[in-house]
Amino acid sequence: MNKVTTDVLIIGGGPAGMSAAIAAAKSDGAAVTVADDNPRLGGQIWRAELGKTKSSEAQELIALLDQQKITIVNNASVYAHDLDSLLAETPSGKIQIEYKKLILATGARERFLPFPGWTLPNVFGAAGLQALVKGGLDVTDKRVVVAGTGPLLLVVAEYLVSKGARVVAICEQTSNKKLDRFAVGLWRTPSKIIQGISLRGKLRRVPYYRNSWVTAAYGKSELRGVTLRHFGTSADVECDMLACGFHLVPNIELAQLLGCEIVDGYAAVDEYQQTSVANVYCAGEPTSIGGVEAAIVEGKIAGFAATGQSRQADSLLRTRNKTTAFAKALDEAFELRDELKSLATSSTVVCRCEDVQYGKLISYDDFRMAKLQTRCGMGACQGRICGSAVEFLFGWKDRSVRPPIFPVKMENL
Amino acid sequence: MSYDVAIVGAGIVGAACAASLSASGLRVLVLDSNGIATGTTAAGMGHIVLMDDSEAQLALTGYSRKLWNQFADELPPEAEYEHCGTIWVAADEDEMSEVRRKHSLYAEHGSDSEVLDERSLRELEPNLREGLAGGLLVKDDSVVYQLCATTFLLDLAVRYGATIQTGSKVAKISDNGVIFRNGDVISAGVIVNAAGHAAAELSPELNIVKRKGHLAITERYPKFVSHQLIELGYLKSAHGSDRDSVAFNVQPRSTGQILLGSSRQFGIDDSGIDFDILERMTSRAFEYMPDLKMLSTVRVWTGFRPATPDNLPYIGKIDGSEKIYAACGHEGLGITTSLGTAELLTSAILGKKSPIPIEPYLPSRTITEH
Amino acid sequence: MITLTINKIATTVDDGTTVAAAILNAGVKGFRTSVTGESRGPVCGMGVCFECRVTIDGVGHQRSCNIIAADGMEVVTGE
Repeated sequence: MNKVTTDVLIIGGGPAGMSAAIAAAKSDGAAVTVADDNPRLGGQIWRAELGKTKSSEAQELIALLDQQKITIVNNASVYAHDLDSLLAETPSGKIQIEYKKLILATGARERFLPFPGWTLPNVFGAAGLQALVKGGLDVTDKRVVVAGTGPLLLVVAEYLVSKGARVVAICEQTSNKKLDRFAVGLWRTPSKIIQGISLRGKLRRVPYYRNSWVTAAYGKSELRGVTLRHFGTSADVECDMLACGFHLVPNIELAQLLGCEIVDGYAAVDEYQQTSVANVYCAGEPTSIGGVEAAIVEGKIAGFAATGQSRQADSLLRTRNKTTAFAKALDEAFELRDELKSLATSSTVVCRCEDVQYGKLISYDDFRMAKLQTRCGMGACQGRICGSAVEFLFGWKDRSVRPPIFPVKMENL
Repeated sequence: MSYDVAIVGAGIVGAACAASLSASGLRVLVLDSNGIATGTTAAGMGHIVLMDDSEAQLALTGYSRKLWNQFADELPPEAEYEHCGTIWVAADEDEMSEVRRKHSLYAEHGSDSEVLDERSLRELEPNLREGLAGGLLVKDDSVVYQLCATTFLLDLAVRYGATIQTGSKVAKISDNGVIFRNGDVISAGVIVNAAGHAAAELSPELNIVKRKGHLAITERYPKFVSHQLIELGYLKSAHGSDRDSVAFNVQPRSTGQILLGSSRQFGIDDSGIDFDILERMTSRAFEYMPDLKMLSTVRVWTGFRPATPDNLPYIGKIDGSEKIYAACGHEGLGITTSLGTAELLTSAILGKKSPIPIEPYLPSRTITEH
Repeated sequence: MITLTINKIATTVDDGTTVAAAILNAGVKGFRTSVTGESRGPVCGMGVCFECRVTIDGVGHQRSCNIIAADGMEVVTGE
């Protein structure tokens, strides 16, 4: 096993993590290390295309990381901790990284909700399909329905169009009224207005339905089409791919493992992004889903604060508070409607790892018994996918976390 | 409402006792402060195994195993009962003589087993490394998903009229009844202490300590291993010296997942995962099955075995009491001996002839420490 | 360009392509078989759903969405 020591360890190489690293490195002599479980830096929002970092913001940050001689460890999956060190699995084996300060920038993942046919091949997440296309998936001339909820839908649809896909519909489940309020909220953050307008522009020929959701996906061994619901009517739409995701949930497993206080499902932090655990900070989506701008400023604050650069941290507090307001508006605008709770039928799989059907789960009162008796949540994804689903469907919360927080090869335990 | 029997503890032992007592016509109440099978039962391996640490252990595991094999057909599919058998693995000639000793002993006791040489061992389990001396195949051992078996036993009990009450902690048991922490009292003709590693809190005359264990489960690798495989050194580990120990112990689940154990640690109350002993446990396993190294491990957890000084459970009336019976202290054999315990306990309570001699397990026995 | 085999069939992809993208571009839709025998493919694209698992060079349960295709890789799906 490889043992490594660093002063500031940052988990996650997306916007928050990279910003934190650069800020931390500005301090005198602090050794900074970034560990990320993907093959390339950028996280999800700046995911590298065909292994090459395309986003100019990401490129800038990566260049700065290089200059500052920040140590980067790619393909590192953190699974356990031991005193002031984290254990991670890499393709070449286990590494133990000892740190003085830790910054968690573990980002978020998409929320998926079960509906009949959602396990068919070619049903992807929304951000999920985008990630696969960035990894080289060819979507030229493929008919794609983009559905679910959240600002990501438009981002994904626009990206797919730019890659030659035929986006046949965008279905946003949220109601009209809420979207208008959200649009008003955009005014407070100028850069986001520009983002919003151009997206609608490029997608001006794509049917965009609010109050709309997918009630079923159909096909024999792969997707043939989806049934869409819109204002009380249903329609079957043929398509090759479905990109469906319901906004984001924070990746707080590592924060939980470290004993950080979790409030309403997010890692609680003070104004300097410090968690309830003395030398652990958290920035970006795990503190609240706020998108890339919040992630960058929070990352910077955490990086400065963790290295005692309090003046620099202070100077960013006002910017951060503005982005937090945007995050709150996001949450309200894209709240999930009740109809989504009744999409699954008795035979719809809820836990994909263990094939536990909805009908099996409804007879339980709590997640614990359901887990032990049906194995729901006990599979490889460790409840990351079905956990957010059962929380929405049944109100079941499971805040218990145990190492390994990602599956590891037994030789690395 | 008055009960004939109040059972404290809804783990597999309490559940088996509930089913057996209710089936005999008694009005049974099962109590648990947490829920069903929330203690040791949930943490265990679900191995139904013949074990010969002592004559009395051999008798109880043999009897109980027979009951399990008869009961198997009644179990629902979720209980995943598998007649996969056990192979005790011998690393060298010394261990092979131990294999032959066991083989004769089991034969004397009417249990089938087969001595395997190096070649036949590897034919049965190709993922074991080369160079092992052989082993003992015990075909009548099985594996069960004990959580579902426990709920099934409780469902049976309920069908026979039992009541289950969870959520209130029992603070005290006496001949007057069961007293809850909030002061409520329930009286019963007989009280059964099946409270696992909390049993000694309720009955201080019982000597039960916690023996911590670790288990790890992998993703699905169907056909990687077909039998439960245990190294002969396991017995030394389970026998109970004071030192922390590990032993190679691997189980195929019907899902294709591999369940890996085992470790024993003394005097530890903390249920957190101990990476040092976990590494010792996996390293030991790799010595027998190197390809385990590459298997994707999904979960690791710990549990506490309730251990008595002579590694035999307490079954029967507690000395100095009119109404209190023990059904606890099963160490790592709770699942195996649950059904046998239930029958012994039922006979004792009803004043009937015991199916096998109960004396070795009575709380009043003279205990020779190991 | 990288050449890898998917279920013994050789396929050539651009440098930097993930194994998941290579599999999908080759027209293979089922990556793994679920507990009850369903054919499954990638969903999250970022390594948390575990539906994109395939066997690579003899080692099973590998999340193909986060693995860059390498020359000579042998990928087996459907397990």
